[in-house]
Amino acid sequence: MPLRTRSAAAGLAGLVAATAVLVAFAAPRRQAAAPAAAAPDAAGRAVYQKWCAGCHGDQGKGDGPAAGHLLPKPRDFTRALYQVRTTATGELPTDADLRHVVDEGMGGTSMPAWKATLSSDERAAVERYVKSFSAAFATAPTALSFGSDPGGGQAAADSGRALFRKIQCFKCHGEAGRGDGRSAPTLKDDFGNPIRAADLTQNWMFNGGGSVEEIYHRLRSGLDGTPMPTFSDQIDAGVLTDGDLWRVAHYIRSLSPKDAPQIRDIVNAARIEGALPTGPNDSAWSRADRFYFPLVGQVIARPRWFAPTVNGVWVQALHDGRTLAIRVTWHDPSQSPDSLWRLWRGRMARAMSADDSTPADTASPLPDRVAIQFPTHLAEGMERPYFLMGSAEQPVYLWRWESEAGAATEVVGHGADHLEPLPPQDDSVTASGVYDHGEWRVQFVRKLATADSTGRLQFVPGRAIPMALFAWDGSNGESGTKMSVGSWVGIYLGEPARAGTYGWPLLAVLSTGGLGLLVVVRAQRTAGNSKQPSDTA
Amino acid sequence: MNGWRRASAGLVLGTVVVVATACKKGGEAAPAAGGAPAAAAPVAFPVSDNDAATITGRVAFTGAKPAAQRIDMSEEPTCAQKHAGGAFSETVVVNDNGTLRNVFVYVKSGLPATLTFPVPGEPVEIDQDGCQYTPHVFGVQVGQTMNIKNADGLLHNIKALPTINRPFNISQPISMTTPRTFSAPEVMVPLQCNVHSWMNAFVGVLPHPYYSVTGADGTFSLRRLPPGTYVIEAWQEHYPAQTQTVTVGAKESKAIVFTFHS
Repeated sequence: MPLRTRSAAAGLAGLVAATAVLVAFAAPRRQAAAPAAAAPDAAGRAVYQKWCAGCHGDQGKGDGPAAGHLLPKPRDFTRALYQVRTTATGELPTDADLRHVVDEGMGGTSMPAWKATLSSDERAAVERYVKSFSAAFATAPTALSFGSDPGGGQAAADSGRALFRKIQCFKCHGEAGRGDGRSAPTLKDDFGNPIRAADLTQNWMFNGGGSVEEIYHRLRSGLDGTPMPTFSDQIDAGVLTDGDLWRVAHYIRSLSPKDAPQIRDIVNAARIEGALPTGPNDSAWSRADRFYFPLVGQVIARPRWFAPTVNGVWVQALHDGRTLAIRVTWHDPSQSPDSLWRLWRGRMARAMSADDSTPADTASPLPDRVAIQFPTHLAEGMERPYFLMGSAEQPVYLWRWESEAGAATEVVGHGADHLEPLPPQDDSVTASGVYDHGEWRVQFVRKLATADSTGRLQFVPGRAIPMALFAWDGSNGESGTKMSVGSWVGIYLGEPARAGTYGWPLLAVLSTGGLGLLVVVRAQRTAGNSKQPSDTA
Repeated sequence: MNGWRRASAGLVLGTVVVVATACKKGGEAAPAAGGAPAAAAPVAFPVSDNDAATITGRVAFTGAKPAAQRIDMSEEPTCAQKHAGGAFSETVVVNDNGTLRNVFVYVKSGLPATLTFPVPGEPVEIDQDGCQYTPHVFGVQVGQTMNIKNADGLLHNIKALPTINRPFNISQPISMTTPRTFSAPEVMVPLQCNVHSWMNAFVGVLPHPYYSVTGADGTFSLRRLPPGTYVIEAWQEHYPAQTQTVTVGAKESKAIVFTFHS
């Protein structure tokens, strides 16, 4: 059984879920109902109450204290409607299906993996207990009969690409698979909650796992309770073959990187000698290193936001000794404000619990935004300003781009609720963005040194500079503190390749090696000399 | 499964009315109320034509006629072209004669528990044509085949959202027909398409053939009923359902009127 690649990104998403649970438990909690006289599985019940009820509810109805903060919503076990199965649509999951989800969790959701937390006995007990919430489990389900992967590598993926068009996956998932299809803004789950078409380029976020086999299983079984249908009936009708669905799975897998992106702490901004990229689509960017940073919902300052659109950004940076260019790339299925997504915000507001006093704004159009945060000046020690847009004592310096104006502004943050725009200068940061099939690419450019350094960081090569990123999806109702946030990372502006930098170490290596060689050669010669006379005599 | 059976029995027999009429075997299986002949069914139709009663009627609509809701199908030119005068929501359709269309009228309770009805061999069909469901409201018997047809030849998914039956969600990316059945009575099971968020339909699943859907003239008829007292329900998508209790004797025919207000 292929295990899903667990990335730190998924781990951070889990952190938000955990926050939601903590937040929910901080609120007064109603008493659990009295246990049934003849509890079917006291052990399972105990595990369930301790670990599961916070989200899934004491009675298994998916209405635990944290449910209001979660999207997708926790499963309502009384409905016996399960997404990740190896059975036909409408059928129940097998015991192995349940075990797989409990063991591995569900990518892109708040359901964590339990195999490291719970013993095998505990997991088995809680699975029995979960099944007891619905009488439907009286009949054991049978798994679908799956064909075996015909393989085929790239050829299979290419053939799958044509099939992807034929069976019109793009209607929801988008032409490039980024979850930006025409129907995406209208999608809802079986309970009326808004639901996103999966971004097929991020297989580490797939609910049912990102391997070719797991993708094939989802095509065969559908994801019950969601808009994702089964494609098994096409095989029965002779419209598609089992091999076709494997090829679609190969293609979908090929849309994601080979491995889930690894998180690094520092963006290397290489120093280049030629011209810096002229815009976000400059082909020079394709040769620059990409650094991935996961973002999560902002759940500290009110109003909080537990269901952000942007779950990560890629950052690239280059400089030429005078000017710094940073490109930020991220996925967002809407180019806000987008009239097709007009109703989405209201649906989100209804699906999420209003845990703060700020009424959800569902009327005024909101743009997409991204912000890069730096300290206002470089401190000597390790101390950095508060990551959430600074504080009165230690402000931060922000570059903030927005989609409607198509331009960037400079802001000094004294806290998330106290942002002070800096007056535009000739050498203020500039930015331009392009939107392409569910992806934003925004390039920021600024001189390393500016004439007026009040509040403006002066960039210095050769040392790590704190940096953080924030993103907003206007169509998702995000503005102000309702946003995606990242923690402090760093950016390091490379220094030019001078003899002073590389020459001395090279000389040291050469001279050490040379001296070593000399010693060896001399030793050999000495030894050889002692033998030679007899050999040549 | 047993839970569903119990639930279904409870639904249909909630108010069992004792009917004096003995249930005699009918001769040939004759057309059910829905119009589908019950051919090749192992169970004979359990009501004698000598006794059979009829309940007919119409569904009137009073008050201001709601404005027709136009559907924007510009994203699917193939479908938009099928609606020359524009496409409109079928949630509330008031006929020219002041009656209401797409009302599902059926025997909610009153049938003797002993009666078992043959499952019609003829399937019912729901088509996806012009990105709308045809019919918008219909009935099917438990175990009767429902053929889901896609005449549009573009991607539809048809999703059933029952609470008693098991759900399903099937993709149909080209012109094709997919059969499905329901295993328990349930009024109504919503059907929807997620690709086209405006598409919805409702199917009433019953263990008997006593159901009828109002059309362009707003009438309904429930034929070949055993004499007895029945709760008749008129279900409409937008307005609350209404019931009337009707007693019919052998060979008697009664007409009733349901009135929905705007």
